[in-house]
Amino acid sequence: MSKVPPKQEGDPNTTGHSWDGIEEFDNPMPRWWLWTFYATIVWGVAYTIAYPAWPLVSSATAGLLGYSTRGEVAAEINAVEEANAGINAQLASAELTEISADATLNSYAVSSGAAVFRTWCAQCHGSGAAGFVGYPNLLDDDWLWGGDIEAIHTTIAHGIRNEEDPDARYSEMPAYGEIFEPEEITQVVNYVMSLSGDAFDPALAEPGAELFADNCAACHGDNGLGNVDLGAPNLADAIWLYGGDEETLTETVTYSRYGVMPPWTQRLTEAQIRAVALYVHQLGGGE
Amino acid sequence: MSILSKHKLIETNATLLLILSFLVVTIGGIVQIVPLFYLENTIEKVDGMRPYSPLELTGRDIYVREGCYVCHSQMIRPMRDEVERYGHYSLAAESMYDHPHQWGSKRTGPDLARVGGRYSDDWHIDHLRDPQSVVPESIMPKYGFLERTLLDAEHVQDLLETHAFVGVPYTDEMIQSAAADFRAQADPDSDYDDMLERYPGAQVRNFDGQPGISEADALIAYLQMLGTLVDFSTFTPDASR
Repeated sequence: MSKVPPKQEGDPNTTGHSWDGIEEFDNPMPRWWLWTFYATIVWGVAYTIAYPAWPLVSSATAGLLGYSTRGEVAAEINAVEEANAGINAQLASAELTEISADATLNSYAVSSGAAVFRTWCAQCHGSGAAGFVGYPNLLDDDWLWGGDIEAIHTTIAHGIRNEEDPDARYSEMPAYGEIFEPEEITQVVNYVMSLSGDAFDPALAEPGAELFADNCAACHGDNGLGNVDLGAPNLADAIWLYGGDEETLTETVTYSRYGVMPPWTQRLTEAQIRAVALYVHQLGGGE
Repeated sequence: MSILSKHKLIETNATLLLILSFLVVTIGGIVQIVPLFYLENTIEKVDGMRPYSPLELTGRDIYVREGCYVCHSQMIRPMRDEVERYGHYSLAAESMYDHPHQWGSKRTGPDLARVGGRYSDDWHIDHLRDPQSVVPESIMPKYGFLERTLLDAEHVQDLLETHAFVGVPYTDEMIQSAAADFRAQADPDSDYDDMLERYPGAQVRNFDGQPGISEADALIAYLQMLGTLVDFSTFTPDASR
């Protein structure tokens, strides 16, 4: 045993433990620390009483404050919907063609329509609405189904060639691979290329003109200018949805194309559909 | 502090210390584990949820294999911005047949919990082949090989059995007809009525538009089903959950 120095006046108490003569002071906890510790315990207990916490057999204790994340999100959404209820009702009931004349309504519609577009439309038509191969560009004035505000509204509300909406826009170009011989397809493709000012083979285009008049002109028009009532694209301009080169046109004529667009009446409110229609209409190509 | 003064008794008896430590750990363990035994009680009952069809389940396997969950979550949180963008917040019941669930924890890409019906099959094919062709700002890799890899339903029955083993309520009939249901769902000309009876709401199409059942068929069938099984026009969630 080593020597333990005698205890002096003013030394703190020890725990009484002694290892090889080394003793342990029994200092009290700092008061601020101790009271903070007690406060966290009280806070913790109070918290589990105030908020949902303790798991029971089929649910948890609800908490005195009645808080729920579901309730909170519902309240937040309600608050925004209530704040916009007036202007949304106005937007949904106004005459479509007259909305753009009302500056307040139009600016609300265009900016909320932009948000709707970026959430629901941008994936296919692009965040800048310039479209992609197979997904129409909405910035130009070349419209498959019409570019006035009412036509755009109908297209958005009911979609194109979908199975969900009986009012969906529908057109079905036959797959001419089953009707024409391969050389006839080449001929009609060359004629179509002549319409849009591309380089073409006149020897092929001449018989192609006759085939076009007999088979294609009913929808695309005698001069290939298209028909928005039938969703028949204009073939005489330089704008192509799938491509205007000979290979792509051959594929289009052989197999046809059936691009689809979903109906939005089930997912969006009438005010949202009108807003996004007005947004698209003002992008540049609206008629 | 009479109890605390007896602490020395525990500290100087290693066996007693061990036994008491074990007791404390056991209590902690029970508190965490016991609620899992009655987990099913805590999932609210929702109409429309059903086990995944064989084709959807195969697509889900591809989803897991390709690590889609690394960049895509399947969990719409109850927050206004998420609900406005993705749709109704996710319910526990909607992933009750997922083993393991695909909630994910990171959104490099968007949440996919309600991607079903949001895009056309053609869009999915374009997007899997070359994501940048439809979303230029996307950094998703290309998955064009999926449509070139054909599936023959060889293991789909085993797959259903495995899921039944971990608690998914597949009936014997579902397991027996797994391969037939797998083929029926991808072929609109087939006799798919029985399949639809077993898996209500399943979508029957040639998803990739090409002959044969490819991995893209299965994956798109899975994606087009995601989030569509519960009809939220007739379901009112319990606000207290």
